[in-house]
Amino acid sequence: MIRDITLGQYYDTDSVLHRLDPRVKLAFTFIYIISLFVGHGPWCYAYAAAFLVFVIVLSHVPVKFMVKGLRAMLMILIISALFNVFLVQGEVIFHWWIFTVSKEGIRTAVLMVVRLVFLVIGSSIMTLTTTPNDLTDGLERSMRFLKVIRVPVHEIAMMMSIALRFIPILIEEVNKIMKAQIARGADFDTGGLVKKAKAMVPLLIPLFVSAFRRASDLALAMEARCYHGGDGRTKLHPLKYQKADIIAYIVLLLYLGGMIAMAVLLP
Amino acid sequence: MELTLKNTSFSYDPGAKKPVFAVRNVSFTIHEGEFSALIGHTGSGKSTLVQFLNGLLKPTFGEVLFNGENIFDKKYPLKELRQKVGLVFQYPEHQLFEETVLKDICFGPKNMGLPKEERIERARHAMRLVGLSESYEEKSPFELSGGEKRRVAIAGVLAMNPECLILDEPTAGLDPAGRDDILGTVRTLSDTEGIAVVLVSHSMEDVAVYAERLLVMNQGSLLYDDTPRAVFEHYRELEKIGLSAPQVTYIAHALRDKGFLVDEHAMSVPELKAEILRVLGKA
Repeated sequence: MIRDITLGQYYDTDSVLHRLDPRVKLAFTFIYIISLFVGHGPWCYAYAAAFLVFVIVLSHVPVKFMVKGLRAMLMILIISALFNVFLVQGEVIFHWWIFTVSKEGIRTAVLMVVRLVFLVIGSSIMTLTTTPNDLTDGLERSMRFLKVIRVPVHEIAMMMSIALRFIPILIEEVNKIMKAQIARGADFDTGGLVKKAKAMVPLLIPLFVSAFRRASDLALAMEARCYHGGDGRTKLHPLKYQKADIIAYIVLLLYLGGMIAMAVLLP
Repeated sequence: MELTLKNTSFSYDPGAKKPVFAVRNVSFTIHEGEFSALIGHTGSGKSTLVQFLNGLLKPTFGEVLFNGENIFDKKYPLKELRQKVGLVFQYPEHQLFEETVLKDICFGPKNMGLPKEERIERARHAMRLVGLSESYEEKSPFELSGGEKRRVAIAGVLAMNPECLILDEPTAGLDPAGRDDILGTVRTLSDTEGIAVVLVSHSMEDVAVYAERLLVMNQGSLLYDDTPRAVFEHYRELEKIGLSAPQVTYIAHALRDKGFLVDEHAMSVPELKAEILRVLGKA
């Protein structure tokens, strides 16, 4: 299960999206999420789906990778669908004991699931096409105005990039430790909830130990290279907007405009 | 005991259009009490291969047989196999988790469902085998040195009384003294306990003296499967695949080229020394 999480995993290939400035991709994620909440009704979602397909095609990332991220979300999707199906009131089409299913309920459930799926895929596109380093650079640059009110933007960005960087490392570590313990006869798959939770101890303790060890090694390595926070720190590759970035912004704004127009004009 | 790989291949992405194989069509048999070494350059597929041997990875093609039975048959008790075929991973000290050394070593026997007294007895026996004195029993595994931790981890696998012990790079990251210590311990296990050992390594120097049999891997394929002497005959080919024969082999060959007819099969410094003395004594 742990192996299926794609969030925060970069897919290395070359595409227009990969080359875009990370700030544009951040904007894409925000605008896309906003558009999903602005829009309502099947037409708006069809429009959002079309745009998503367009972006996925541009990204050159196999659809397989996008869908993988959804598998971890499956429970949440099912629960939110069930809640909507049973709790939304409206024209009754099915009734049994305390369960009532209405036409509106099914409609909202479907739209809710679609919206969640788009949300997850939309935001994983950013992480799939942007290296963690670029992503934090982009975040740091676009949040810089917060420094005025003493938000430690650089430090937060650094922490985020380290956290993202550690996800694949820790996943690999989990796999390794799991195998080592299975070789010693550990059983992670069978038994009830309590037994399964207990079985996690031989996995979690070595994992924490190794996470702390890695963190302290990293801190040492950073200090050895004179890291002292963001003040006065310059960049090897400062972010600069290119022509493609401007075009991407225009496309994004047109998309958002289209969505707002549809939301306002369509019933 | 007999552990056989039969035409095994493995791809991490078998669904791909052109799957890349980490292991290609490898077959060999590990016999009772045998001390063999699996050698290969980084990325030659050795770490993948050893995971077939205790059923952690299922080969994409081919079979793994333990005493003639296919271990990937639906009803085969893999858990029991993993007790008989002990696998010690690279940097095994990273898997320690209990409060005390003794408890950690008991983890394997506990998973086998043994009663408490027997677990402790086995753990103590395993500790003696790897050369840890009783004073270690109540220590926390996290306060030991790297070499000691590794001993604890190896003891943790030994406590299951395996018939075959596979060690993946057991000397990685140890200093020369720690390396000789561990290798000596493994040798003793093979000699006195009759455990079949498969030592995975990329260093010929490490294994030349210890192993009776060398399995040389290159790019996923098994290149040689022979005695160390016979394998080192191919020292020029070994160089091409990023390995090398032990240094004494080179000295012996250089001496022969200069007309000193020493036996080029000498594999350790004392052996070669004796050879040189013999040749000089005659001359």
